[in-house]
Amino acid sequence: MYSNGSTMTREPVQDDGLALGLARLTPERIAATTQAFLKEETGARLQVYLDTCVHCGLCSEACHYYLSHDKDPSYSPVGKVNQTILQLVKKNGRVSPEFIGQAARVAYTECNLCRRCSMYCPFGIDIAYMVGLVRRLCFKLGVTPKYLQDTVNSHSATLNQMWVREDEWIDSLQWQEGEARDEVPGLRIPLEKEGAEIMYSVIGPEPKFRTQLIYQAAVIMHAAGADWTMPATPGWDNSDMAMYSGDYELMGRLKRAHFETAMRLKVKRIVMGECGHAFRSIHDVGNRWLGWRDRPIPVIHAVQYYHELLTSGKIRIAKKYDEAVTFHDPCNIVRGMGLGDMGREVAKALTPELVEMHPNREHNYCCCAGGGVINCGPPFRNTRVSGNKIKAEQLAATGVKTVIAPCHNCHGGLEDIIHHYKLDMKIKFLGDLIYECMEKPWE
Amino acid sequence: MLHGHETDWEVGERKIADLAAPGEGTDWLEEPHFSPDGMSVAAVAKLSDDTCTVRVNGEDWPTAFEKVWHVRFSPDGRLTALVQQDGEWTLAVDGEPWENTFEFVWNPLFSADGAHIALCVQSGARYGLAVDDTPWETLFANANNATLSPDGRRTAAAVQTEPLGQAEIEKFEAGVFSAAVDAEPWSRNFVNVWSLAFSPDSARLAAEVRTAPRECTIAVDGAPWARTYASVWEPRFSPDGKSVVAPVRQGGGWILARDGQKFWDASYVQLWHQMFSPDGKRIAAIVCPRFGRWTMAVDDRPWKETFDVVTDAAFSPDGARLAAAAARDGRWTVLVDGHAWGRSFERVWPPVFSPDGRHVAALVEEDGRRRLALDGNVLSQARGDVLGFAFSPDGAKILSTCLDGGACIRRVERLGNGRG
Amino acid sequence: MHDVYQFVSGPLAWAAFGLFVGGSLYRIAAMILLARRKDVQVFEYMSLRYALRSILHWSVPFMSVNMRQRPVMTVVTFLFHLCLILSPLFVLGHVVMFDTSFGFSWPALPDQLADAMTLVVVAACLFFLGRRLSLAEAQYVTSFSDYAILALVAAPFITGFLAYHQFLDYQLMLVLHIVSGEAMLVAIPFTRLSHMLFAPFTRAYIGSEFGAVRHARDW
Repeated sequence: MYSNGSTMTREPVQDDGLALGLARLTPERIAATTQAFLKEETGARLQVYLDTCVHCGLCSEACHYYLSHDKDPSYSPVGKVNQTILQLVKKNGRVSPEFIGQAARVAYTECNLCRRCSMYCPFGIDIAYMVGLVRRLCFKLGVTPKYLQDTVNSHSATLNQMWVREDEWIDSLQWQEGEARDEVPGLRIPLEKEGAEIMYSVIGPEPKFRTQLIYQAAVIMHAAGADWTMPATPGWDNSDMAMYSGDYELMGRLKRAHFETAMRLKVKRIVMGECGHAFRSIHDVGNRWLGWRDRPIPVIHAVQYYHELLTSGKIRIAKKYDEAVTFHDPCNIVRGMGLGDMGREVAKALTPELVEMHPNREHNYCCCAGGGVINCGPPFRNTRVSGNKIKAEQLAATGVKTVIAPCHNCHGGLEDIIHHYKLDMKIKFLGDLIYECMEKPWE
Repeated sequence: MLHGHETDWEVGERKIADLAAPGEGTDWLEEPHFSPDGMSVAAVAKLSDDTCTVRVNGEDWPTAFEKVWHVRFSPDGRLTALVQQDGEWTLAVDGEPWENTFEFVWNPLFSADGAHIALCVQSGARYGLAVDDTPWETLFANANNATLSPDGRRTAAAVQTEPLGQAEIEKFEAGVFSAAVDAEPWSRNFVNVWSLAFSPDSARLAAEVRTAPRECTIAVDGAPWARTYASVWEPRFSPDGKSVVAPVRQGGGWILARDGQKFWDASYVQLWHQMFSPDGKRIAAIVCPRFGRWTMAVDDRPWKETFDVVTDAAFSPDGARLAAAAARDGRWTVLVDGHAWGRSFERVWPPVFSPDGRHVAALVEEDGRRRLALDGNVLSQARGDVLGFAFSPDGAKILSTCLDGGACIRRVERLGNGRG
Repeated sequence: MHDVYQFVSGPLAWAAFGLFVGGSLYRIAAMILLARRKDVQVFEYMSLRYALRSILHWSVPFMSVNMRQRPVMTVVTFLFHLCLILSPLFVLGHVVMFDTSFGFSWPALPDQLADAMTLVVVAACLFFLGRRLSLAEAQYVTSFSDYAILALVAAPFITGFLAYHQFLDYQLMLVLHIVSGEAMLVAIPFTRLSHMLFAPFTRAYIGSEFGAVRHARDW
């Protein structure tokens, strides 16, 4: 018999961020903060969700953590609600620091906020919303995982995720422009080109670790004859770990900087690189926090842009990638924007064969890195990897050697899973394949 | 940006330069920039010997550089560009590089009269500013949010005053950032410092500060307001320099605060870009009174008509009128004193009042072309794309600069009586 | 016993219906008002088309992936809800009672069918009980109130069945049937049974977010 609200066994994890926050907590402060939070920031949605949930457990099969842990019910979506927000509401915040520590661990590292469970709940309860509330409360209590918090600190100090200083950003772009110009004569990465049609925005790790993606994007833009620009000011980073730590005030600051940079440059639209969570932040989270119903400037994801370039003939494919691939559906652009079919069309144009994983599209299993979980860093690496055995099985079953994932976090997550479960697979962005396979008139 | 004063106002049109053919020895010319009087046009020229220079009205600067970017005219008409020579960067003014060079330079800032130029600089992984070829005496581990005082004599930036190791979250929380004026940091640190703003007399500096991870407020010359808020936006000094207003978030909504006290009564879903009228008597702000519905509020009274987005607000010189760009369903228009122009466009650039405040003009995009619109009507004579415009001081004429193919054209026209 | 019967079928019944209707209206109205104040997004993003699309996909058996993955549960759930709602509305005894009291009536179900439907409800309740006891993911989140609600739902059907067939003490069973039926009605707005009131709203909202904002399916 499981006692209500209890947690199944977990290996102890040492996280300095959680420990630091917990050491400062008292039951009184928890109660006061929780009560104020519930009063000020929750309303009908939470109440209806908690009242409507009949504890049927039908959401369980939706969760990759649950499936990967031999159906341990403490990993089921409703199980996570039961261990966290439900108890906080029931007890009106009169819980111990240990409880908060456990709730933080569940909310930050055992849920990717992938929203798959909403598709399995007969009532359509938005469980990710409730886990998000727990994160928001943990942020208010100062209990956040160390590496996630460090990323958020970088966001606050530099308006980008990776402590990239203003000159480093510009220098990275000019460096990639120079490299690409060796291959493509006349190529430019136009900085601060006011009135361009497109502002291309990326996430912090691109100038820091994955500069080849900027190189490739520049080559693709050049080949397509795009009228584009990149800002030489903060606001270039579209990513948002503050959304995941629960620091919504900072999330608002990041999204404001991003959109206002595009408005300052007077572009018609923002095209963003292959990142999922940034799309979520821009498409229907950060914009709403600021009061914009939609986007003040239209934003499209790289998948949509590539699709547009291929279907309009602005980019032509010269050859196919040399082997069959499978396509991983990132939650934030597939459940978050319905881009599964568009992504497949792009992938099929570039590859000889696309072998599906099952389930797929909206029903695909998460990479287990999203929702800020990978940003919680080394202490929780094993949580992610062991929490996604099901994904490894899904990947292995395709029998192919290449998986396409048009999302940065998915790359990080799948990389660890492929390594841990010893799958002989490579991970590619769509941009990698387009760059490899497209017609290059200058050659 | 074009300026109305000290300009040739003879009606007519002239071709300033032609960028269509780069010419022998030049691989390409980049986007053109017009001088404030519209008499010069400059662009980066990439030369065939793998060097760069700046071409002004068809003439190259005498010196070529390894790299050139960010060509901009100062408001006083001097032409600047960021240039690299022997691996070192600096600012070149009218072709003449500063004596001081740096590992990197960016974000040139101009005083209102253009007499002073500041530059963000990095040397040896230390950061700060340089003004008129004089770098700060102290550089910092990081500096951002750079700003130049209205008189152009002082510079400020948010600076990192202490080293911060990898993932040192506790130290970060204790505060390693401050604001520095002319390289002199405030006496205390904060978690974050953002949106620096000088007073009109350049004597004081205000900034958004985060005093603790969940507490923000405004600090003036390093002294934070007595109370803190969940969040704050950019502070602004009143024209007389006596008070500071800033949007602050409390109770889940935004209000306008002055010197740490509630100033406007209404709470908004969003409130930002507050601005004083030039006479200091009125305050306007871009506001969102209901989720998703945006407009302007003047002295806490929102206009009735709302839009999906409102941006680029500006008072008329006498402070009597207010205009902004606004969009609904992806179509942009100009909003003047609460009423939208009857037409909408693909894009709208910041609206500008004539000196007498009677006219409002803005660049607009229609059918993919950038045109000049005056009081809701598109001035149809223009060929090509209009890049900039300015009213004459008497408000009777308008100067515009256009790009037609490669031809850079300067045009002065009289405003029609019908629209007067 | 007659007085008791008079009481439970008279004033108590009025009170129960009053509490059910009034309580339901109150809860829905209170929720809408609260949402208007605290959850403006719910109304802002509500889309009739996508709300109906979602409701349709979850009102038809086997139209969602999860329903197809658990066919037994799907069949039981649909039969349970169908019988739970239809049998009390159309059982001859209830129709006759309304006719006697208020002078209006509607077609009734054949007795044998109503009887069978009653047994389906009871059997489904047993199934749900078994599920709660045996399935780890259900048991983990089950508390006393979940069992109590199950009993509350089963009680009027069990007692109704016993009363109709005149097993045990008919009068007692009849009174118990009425009281338990009334208890269940009253419980709807004030317990987790309120999912009956709120399910259309939660579905409509998630359907709108998935469909109109995120261009994705939610089934």
